[in-house]
Amino acid sequence: MSLHSTATESRGADRRGDAIFKGVAYGCGILILIVLAAVTLFLLFRAWPLIGGDGKANAATVESFTGGLAHNFWQYVGPLVFGTVLVAALALGIAFFIAVGIALFISHYAPRRLAAVLNYIVDLLAAIPSVIYGLWGGLVLVPAIHPFWDWVARYFGWIPIFSGPAANPSRTVATVAVVLAVMILPIITSMSRDIFVQTPRLQEEAALALGATKWEMIKLAVLPFGRSGIVSASMLGLGRALGETMAVLMILSPGLRYSFKLLQASQSQTIAANIAAQYPEANNLGVSTLIGTGLVLFLITFLVNFLARKITRKIGA
Amino acid sequence: MASSSDSPMDGAPVIDFDRFVPTRSAIAARKRKDLLMRVLVAAAFVIALVPLVSVLWTTIASGVRRLNLNFLSYNMSGVIGGRPTPSGGYGGILHAVIGTLEITLGAVAISVPIGIMCAVYLVEYAHGGPLSRIIAILVDVMSGIPSIVAGLFAFSMFSIVFGPGTINGISGSVALSLLMLPTVVKSSEEMLKIVPDDLREASLALGVTKQRTITKIVLRTSLPGIVSGVILAIARVIGETAPLLMTAGYIATTNFNLFSGQMTTLPVYVYQEYSKLSVTCPASAGADCITSIPMQRSWAAALTLIILVLILNLVGRLVARVFAVKTER
Repeated sequence: MSLHSTATESRGADRRGDAIFKGVAYGCGILILIVLAAVTLFLLFRAWPLIGGDGKANAATVESFTGGLAHNFWQYVGPLVFGTVLVAALALGIAFFIAVGIALFISHYAPRRLAAVLNYIVDLLAAIPSVIYGLWGGLVLVPAIHPFWDWVARYFGWIPIFSGPAANPSRTVATVAVVLAVMILPIITSMSRDIFVQTPRLQEEAALALGATKWEMIKLAVLPFGRSGIVSASMLGLGRALGETMAVLMILSPGLRYSFKLLQASQSQTIAANIAAQYPEANNLGVSTLIGTGLVLFLITFLVNFLARKITRKIGA
Repeated sequence: MASSSDSPMDGAPVIDFDRFVPTRSAIAARKRKDLLMRVLVAAAFVIALVPLVSVLWTTIASGVRRLNLNFLSYNMSGVIGGRPTPSGGYGGILHAVIGTLEITLGAVAISVPIGIMCAVYLVEYAHGGPLSRIIAILVDVMSGIPSIVAGLFAFSMFSIVFGPGTINGISGSVALSLLMLPTVVKSSEEMLKIVPDDLREASLALGVTKQRTITKIVLRTSLPGIVSGVILAIARVIGETAPLLMTAGYIATTNFNLFSGQMTTLPVYVYQEYSKLSVTCPASAGADCITSIPMQRSWAAALTLIILVLILNLVGRLVARVFAVKTER
């Protein structure tokens, strides 16, 4: 074999390899689109009996899930959506200020060495699996937090959302919101921190040079700079809280009402936890109903995440 | 400087500078507010530490009681109520550990090649075109898919494609890979982006084909970062429970076959033991019958899971730090 022919041959092989590699890379990129489409399509397909199937059988399924409270899919999914949004919004409300506080502490208050340790602790919080938060919430937090809720119900019971008596064991929306807040804390913290440390040094120093106190400097330079970052971080946190299954499933005593009574048991249930709870005993049509609720959850989280990312992209541009 | 000293101040408004001198109480109020915020920010941090310490402490304290070699080397077959098994233990998690490892490895095998190639596409081939922008946004959105929806997807896909009632390990792997994919793409993308263009250009200038440039230069340079990203992604999905609850199922015996039959995983085991609450001990059972054994098993399995996740996290970080390629920056 001559040297010349090997060179051309290998060049041809190289070109083919190049084309194949490029094709595979493109294919994998497009696969992301296909996978997302497939998620929607398979869920739609499996949930189809809800829309195109026998109406009476559907009604019977929903009635068997709810004990006759709801008669069609929308009556069923309505309180679930309400519960999901309520729990997630409460969790975000609790976590937001604490998370921003920690992020500020790490980025502007703590000494550098301590900040590195704190970063690690925040990552640690994020790494703990949700089932362990559920276990901890169900066995440790539920008994431990009851005196506090009892106290709240006694002294703030005149506010409708805190109306007592506080349930014991406190397997309530309020307790679940606390656990979810702990779970979404690291996401919001780490994203806000990443934005805060990017604050232009000159702006900070300018504020300080004008005689601002540290807090005034943060209010003048850091927070306005990081505002959209904080918003998108909280949206991501909200998305995570909306889809959280295990912690809710293991703690909450479920109910299907449009109720703001945070301290009482059997008021609300979230979509994700409801799927996991009903799934083992559901028949074929029941699974379709649950997948239908899953589809609703998918759409909600998709929307929330999409908005969050849109805000982030805008900052990046 | 010169001009300002030259110009006379004729006609300029007279400013009463004393008006701007802050009063002592205003300064004190600002200082008080500063101190208050300082305290609040520090308090936020302490508040966040409470649950972390509590979670870790209770898991360790309750977990070590039951976590021993026997617990790790037996499955749950032959476990009746709260009575000890012939081996002297109270059942174990061998089957769950095997299931977790196999299902996670399956997820890695699916998502890592796709994820890395997708990142290669985004960084090396698509130069900010509309398709790549859509894909980048969708990858972001995908990272927010609730885990239970991923489980429902895998379940529906397998029940439609392979017939209803298909429950096996690989469908769990599919569900987990859906959750891993965005993390792998994001971290690999970041790593590929920081490879200096000089390296690519030098390689291309030598006449090396693009495919070889990418595999031998770009991917080789960013390998530690990618590996660390993959390990962190594994740490994220190894604790997923909800999708495995409906795809991989739950059994008491060890199943080595990823492609047929139910498989138990550690998180599902934790949940199942938790939902048993307690077992009854008949009067005939001896003193070594423990009614609260499911909770103890649950905590011990949770401790195993936390240790696993922490080790993965640590290894991921170490890989990133130790093998990091030093770029000029």
